[in-house]
Amino acid sequence: MDLTLKIWRQKNREAKGEMKSYPIKGVSPDSSFLEMMDLLNNELIEKGEDPVAFDHDCREGICGSCSMYINGEAHGPDRMVTTCQLHMRKFKDGETIHIEPWRANAFPVEKDLVVDRSSFDRIMNAGGFVSVNTSGNTQDANATPIPKEDADNAFDAATCIGCGACVATCKNASAMLFVSAKVSQLALLPQGRPEAKRRATHMVEQMDHEGFGNCTNTGACEVECPKGISLENIARMNREYLSASMSSDS
Amino acid sequence: MSTTNGMTSITRKFFMALSGFFLLVFLLQHCVINMLSVISPEMFNTVSHFMGTNPMVQFALQPVLAFGVVFHLGMGIMLELQNNNARSVKYAMNKPGENATWMSRNMIITGIMIMLFLGLHFYDFWLPELNVKFIQGDMSGLNAAGEFRYFEELQHKFHDPIRTGLYVVSFLFLALHLLHGFQSAFQSVGFRHNKYTPMIKKLGDIYAIMVPLGFVTIAVFHFLNA
Amino acid sequence: MTKLDAKIPEGPIAEKWTKHKNEINVVNPANKRLIDIIVVGTGLAGGSAAASLAEMGYNVKAFCFQDSPRRAHSIAAQGGINAAKNYQNDGDSTYRLFYDTVKGGDYRSREANVYRLAEVSANIIDQCVAQGVPFARDYGGLLDNRSFGGVLVSRTFYAKGQTGQQLLLGAYSAMSRQIGKGKIKMYNRHEMLDVVKVDGKARGIIARDLVSGKIERHSAHAVVICSGGYGNVFFLSTNAMGSNVTAAWKIHKKGAYFANPCYTQIHPTCIPRSGDHQSKLTLMSESLRNDGRIWVPKKKEDVDAIRAGKLKPTQLKEDERDYYLERRYPAFGNLVPRDVASRAAKERCDAGFGVNKTGEAVYLDFSSAIMRYGKEKATVDGIENASDKEIRELGEGVVEAKYGNLFQMYEKIVDENPYKTPMMIYPAVHYTMGGIWVDYNLMTSIEGCYALGEANFSDHGANRLGASALMQGLADGYFVLPYTIGDYLANDIRTGPISIDSPEFVEAEKVVKDDLNKLINNKGTHSVDYFHKRLGKVMWDKVGMARNEKGLKEAIAEIQQIRKEFWEDVRVPGSVDGLNPELEKAGRVADFLELGELFAKDALERNESCGGHFREESQTEEGEALRHDDQYAYVAAWEYTGEPKDAVLHKEELEFKDIELKQRSYK
Repeated sequence: MDLTLKIWRQKNREAKGEMKSYPIKGVSPDSSFLEMMDLLNNELIEKGEDPVAFDHDCREGICGSCSMYINGEAHGPDRMVTTCQLHMRKFKDGETIHIEPWRANAFPVEKDLVVDRSSFDRIMNAGGFVSVNTSGNTQDANATPIPKEDADNAFDAATCIGCGACVATCKNASAMLFVSAKVSQLALLPQGRPEAKRRATHMVEQMDHEGFGNCTNTGACEVECPKGISLENIARMNREYLSASMSSDS
Repeated sequence: MSTTNGMTSITRKFFMALSGFFLLVFLLQHCVINMLSVISPEMFNTVSHFMGTNPMVQFALQPVLAFGVVFHLGMGIMLELQNNNARSVKYAMNKPGENATWMSRNMIITGIMIMLFLGLHFYDFWLPELNVKFIQGDMSGLNAAGEFRYFEELQHKFHDPIRTGLYVVSFLFLALHLLHGFQSAFQSVGFRHNKYTPMIKKLGDIYAIMVPLGFVTIAVFHFLNA
Repeated sequence: MTKLDAKIPEGPIAEKWTKHKNEINVVNPANKRLIDIIVVGTGLAGGSAAASLAEMGYNVKAFCFQDSPRRAHSIAAQGGINAAKNYQNDGDSTYRLFYDTVKGGDYRSREANVYRLAEVSANIIDQCVAQGVPFARDYGGLLDNRSFGGVLVSRTFYAKGQTGQQLLLGAYSAMSRQIGKGKIKMYNRHEMLDVVKVDGKARGIIARDLVSGKIERHSAHAVVICSGGYGNVFFLSTNAMGSNVTAAWKIHKKGAYFANPCYTQIHPTCIPRSGDHQSKLTLMSESLRNDGRIWVPKKKEDVDAIRAGKLKPTQLKEDERDYYLERRYPAFGNLVPRDVASRAAKERCDAGFGVNKTGEAVYLDFSSAIMRYGKEKATVDGIENASDKEIRELGEGVVEAKYGNLFQMYEKIVDENPYKTPMMIYPAVHYTMGGIWVDYNLMTSIEGCYALGEANFSDHGANRLGASALMQGLADGYFVLPYTIGDYLANDIRTGPISIDSPEFVEAEKVVKDDLNKLINNKGTHSVDYFHKRLGKVMWDKVGMARNEKGLKEAIAEIQQIRKEFWEDVRVPGSVDGLNPELEKAGRVADFLELGELFAKDALERNESCGGHFREESQTEEGEALRHDDQYAYVAAWEYTGEPKDAVLHKEELEFKDIELKQRSYK
């Protein structure tokens, strides 16, 4: 396949960036999108140009590193995949492909397609955990049965990979899907219940503090999420948060 | 943006939804009362007089309504500004239509169109009403001939094809606003359920089409009969 | 040759750990606040260690090269985690887990460490459930288990095909809690480039801020290396692109012995290679072998027809298929350990029965399982006289519930529907059992420097059983190091903060800077990947699934040559300042080029077959791995003396008091 790539190039956080055009030839339709980027970078290096920086690591859709806005969609046109799992057979020979970094003020661009997502970490630090210390004496794992439905729903929420596609996609750059996935997972499990209110309050406050936009329920995040995290989680977080802010003790 | 006015993003959304719910109820009763004008001018006149002169309605419900409208509008604009600020560099290439409906993405546009319409609507009905009742002090609701003036005034307004056209277009925007707003309000207050949410979405679609259609019918009916 | 002291406690094996914990020194809570610990890597071992140490009161500085600690490659582990809970009442016990692990490791692991691992395994499950890890449960609300290769009980806990992710996010959340409290200072996008020794003790590291390019000095009273394995020395592996040996290799060069580098696990169920563009290989969980049957056609002409696209695998009748694992190993069948399954696949493909264009693929077929589950489901649902089509649909539903995400992943990559046609799989490099030598306390041969998880060597011997890596990483981090490190740090309570201005720090920083400048200023003609691919090819062809003396000697010479060319001709674009992924890669590949040679040297030295290490010179008449316990029942710990070829071998003799050494048989 022969393609034209239009890629966002930006030297560092302070620099002004621009879209640049790169022709690329002989791409295998069986290669992944990132392997296509490898090919481009190899050509750029051998030509003495600066290769395109992009985040990637596991290349099997689970680490959440890769983060490209491809042809106007987070992780490209395919559904339920990350960029690393997107294959070139989804594109047509001769096509022009636009590649941009995630855009959100809470995700500043570090270089080219690499953004800083530490705002997600800070939201987690604010309350995305169960306060239990390591000890060989926690109660037996089977001491508290958990209804299968709750365990399964908690698991579904917990599969979030923290890639940030929800923020990138949302017209408001809202992080509600990400935050709600963690709030939901822990709110659904008996182990997470004791501090559910505190967790919801703290995580939401941190989320706002980071400069993400407000959720307007467009549902775009759910569609673009490579793990299919449901909007149901946002509703649950709204409930958790509202009930927390209405109770007097929080 | 953090906790502007001591509110977090979820609280703001919650109040946005609450005011939305209130306006949904208001719209429904407004539509039903106006529909009377199509069925029976007398009945319409009686109810209009009641609504226009009852102190409960005038001094309790009306201010609440005004506050609800202003709040919904103000909050909507503030949210939109904040949301816009959350992404200062826009995408060179974006396909928002691939993952969300036009209605959900353009509440601010449909909202502002409705706001503009409200300006016209107030100029047409509310301001004259305030003038007659509170400045001239005529609480009788009667015209020079000693009959209720409400139906006559209503029909008079729809003489004008341009005005009627503007009303119809505005109701179209209202429908678009409601198509997203109705179910979105439920999501914002955290109501979501595997069984009931699909029903709410259906109900929302029905409401969003039937209520504006009702208003359109009324406007067109009076235009044709004027 | 010096004798290595593994510091294994005296006494019966079942009491060693308890006794040891009772006897070692402890640092009192007030003094823990005065002590800093550096943890490099935030996977299961690093994440759990950092969180636990911080909870105990130590000041932890944690480093990861990824943009968030949540992205370490432990996240990609699919299948599950073992624990001797015996919830299934199938006779599991600490001893049985211990026995299976030692046997699975082909009797090349340290008994005392493995027993401790089995002992704390149950605690891990309790701890993770308390943290909110959503393990799979049955309808009664209790935890579910599945079986894995090489064992006869069902002891693997899982969360669909994302167990590693769930466990890592558990450890990450525990870390997050401590980061929020300020007890862990987290350094994202930082790469450790050297360890700093002061008076013979590890007292800090030199790290590069990968965003600004700044070289930083960080001091601490102890350094804990949890940087994972070195499978990427093969270029193509199931490891993440960034997985590297650098941290481990740097401490090796400063005095930590590197043990058994040749023990590599080649995982049998990976998606086959599709072409030269390939950047990495994707694993399909071993759990698939619970329900999938592995086969190739019996007849060569069927193979040719399939490769030519004239015949579909589904058209072959049962008696035209060779279920070679079931044929060769009737007792364990498709659930033989990984090394055995991989070699059997290679044997069939080498004999010309590979089913894809490259000739390197075998089938993993779910049709029997789909029909079996379909029938069960039909019975449960009370459907009488269900047609084959209905049964198949019901069965596909059951299989989807179990492995849905894996099947989806396969379909995205290969573009074939694995519910309708058998999957194609082939072995790929997956895990390295070898690693930094550690004693019973997990301390390396550098005082105050520890190695945990895949980065160390101790628990899996020559072959790791499925679902044991997660167990070991978390055992080391949650339940072993937090105790054993106190024994060392108890002597450091009066040391006070370590200065970063000492000559040792200055010198280490200078060396690091010089190396980076050398790479940038080289201005050669080929990219880093060019050399990495060449190294990988040598490793795979000559130090891969089957090794022999001639090949290994050639490999050593070739790796030396590639290394020489690398330093003369590599081209690293950009500068040392700022984000430069090529520079990061160059440094890592430079270390792989040294490790690769030691790896081959170790494989050459070990003239026996054991676990993942298969020497063609040492096999039974049936082609199974043949150990030589009289000569090789030791850990090969290599000391760095300047060049990999000059590395000095130290032997830690392995004693088996509680398990009788036997030729492994899964027949």
